[in-house]
Amino acid sequence: MSFAIIQTALDNGLIFGLVALSLFISFSILDICDLSTDGCYMLGAAVGVAVTISGHPILALPASMLAGICSGYVTALLQTRFGVPSILAGIIVNTGLYTINLMAMGMKTSLNVVGTSTIYDLFKSLNGSEFWMTWSRSVLLFVLVGILCILVYRFLGTRLGLSIRATGDSIAMVRASSINPGFTITVGLCLSNALTGLAGCLIGQYNKNAEINMGTGMVTIALASLIIGQTLFGRGRMLTRILGVIAGSIIYRFIIALALRLNVPTQAFKLVSAVIVAVAIAAPSAKQMIHNKKKEAEAIRERRNAGTGKEEHHA
Amino acid sequence: MLKIENASKTFNPGTINEKVALDHISLLLEDGDFATIVGSNGAGKSTLFNAIAGSFITDEGYIELDGMDITFLKEHRRSQFIGRLFQDPLMGTAPHMTIEENLSVAYLRASGVRQSFWGRLAQDFSRINRKEKAFFREQLSLLNMGLEDRMESQVGLLSGGQRQALTLLMATVVTPRLLLLDEHTAALDPATADKVLKLTRDIIAERRITCLMVTHNMHQALELGNRTLMMDGGRIVLDVKGEERSRMTVDSLLQKFAEGAGQKLDNDRILLSR
Repeated sequence: MSFAIIQTALDNGLIFGLVALSLFISFSILDICDLSTDGCYMLGAAVGVAVTISGHPILALPASMLAGICSGYVTALLQTRFGVPSILAGIIVNTGLYTINLMAMGMKTSLNVVGTSTIYDLFKSLNGSEFWMTWSRSVLLFVLVGILCILVYRFLGTRLGLSIRATGDSIAMVRASSINPGFTITVGLCLSNALTGLAGCLIGQYNKNAEINMGTGMVTIALASLIIGQTLFGRGRMLTRILGVIAGSIIYRFIIALALRLNVPTQAFKLVSAVIVAVAIAAPSAKQMIHNKKKEAEAIRERRNAGTGKEEHHA
Repeated sequence: MLKIENASKTFNPGTINEKVALDHISLLLEDGDFATIVGSNGAGKSTLFNAIAGSFITDEGYIELDGMDITFLKEHRRSQFIGRLFQDPLMGTAPHMTIEENLSVAYLRASGVRQSFWGRLAQDFSRINRKEKAFFREQLSLLNMGLEDRMESQVGLLSGGQRQALTLLMATVVTPRLLLLDEHTAALDPATADKVLKLTRDIIAERRITCLMVTHNMHQALELGNRTLMMDGGRIVLDVKGEERSRMTVDSLLQKFAEGAGQKLDNDRILLSR
């Protein structure tokens, strides 16, 4: 693997780690399948790139987060106030966002950052050393994602954070504790979509481009990262779980980089990620099935050796 | 004081599955009253609890708690004043959170719903502090189950009895104005059920909590508390207290049931639990 590929995999892993962290909040903690992720990620990219082009690359970060919060709020509103099933609420918002995203990009399907600098350019210009020239982007992303991880971790330890965790764990207990589950779901989805929006903005500025279809399949990719993280780093302490999700995202990017190295055509990547998700989710069941079959075969063999003839009854 | 006037609820009205679950029920519970409720399946006991707790709004009628009209108050608002335990010991706690975290969420009821925006924000972003930890530890030690030394353990690792005891503690950690017990010991083994029941009696007696308890055990129905209600067909068909109650035996209670309901007793569960 060449040096540039490793660096790109690391950078992308960090950025997409935010989307995985977003799904960690909605999928793992709130137990809600938020399918608006694709559109929300694209929204973050569209808003982020549009604001960057207007000459405000730093302002683009909070702007894209705010856009994500709005999107998350609508998704939450549909399911908490109007009884729309959560999966459907996500699909509805995702569909609507397609048009919103086009509008954010001035009804164009693609936007390029030309003539203005991005946050990566600004950060790079802080120092002139050779190390900085090659690694400034990774350092910036590392610091940014690290801070966000710690903030999310700290937040989940507050009373509101605990209420959000309880909502996904036992909604009856939340109601009994005089907490409005509609409120905690709304806060949780706003937070998770803010992270998704920010990831869109970071990738838009990274590639200096936003293209209307770049969000397609994002939810599967993020889910793959999330599951890799949870499988490898377990379900122990909250901080381990959060960092595991980011690590899972980086590992996923390295798998993709490896696939690239093995000359798997880029068109096949979506299939690769779908297979990773399916395999990772199916693994525990498959393991149990193989284990049971082995035990059964062993028991039959033992009985046969003992010569009790019991196996005829079982056959 | 709980006051229910003329409360009715019909499920699936106008369809073939129409079911009158509550039929113009009126009930007055004085402060410190501890009433047991018996009745066959489908008599409307759980529906009555759901109506009081606010799981749905009644079709007609009026519900008042300590002088406060709660007829249209949302469920999560009512739960600030009303504690509730279910038959399923897994329902009242969050399994993937620690004992301490569960208690901390339950303890949120301590602060009023109507506080200033900034006060609420400060509370939302505060964390469990040492004083609260000590308080939770002390409360847990009262359960006598050794849970005070396992405050960092996930609740999902506890047994059903331990979880129900914890739920009881969570429902009463902020003293409720009314406690609803919906067969809360029915799913536990006899020894554990006795233990949880004793804890329940102690807590209720010590803090004089007004309480309603559904049971299918006729002995419990007469022994516990100071009042016995019997429900049938969405109505309260029997309401005894004082001397009349103390003179009552399980047999006479069953007799009363037959009289009150005006029909032959046909519920196995009630007969078997004599």
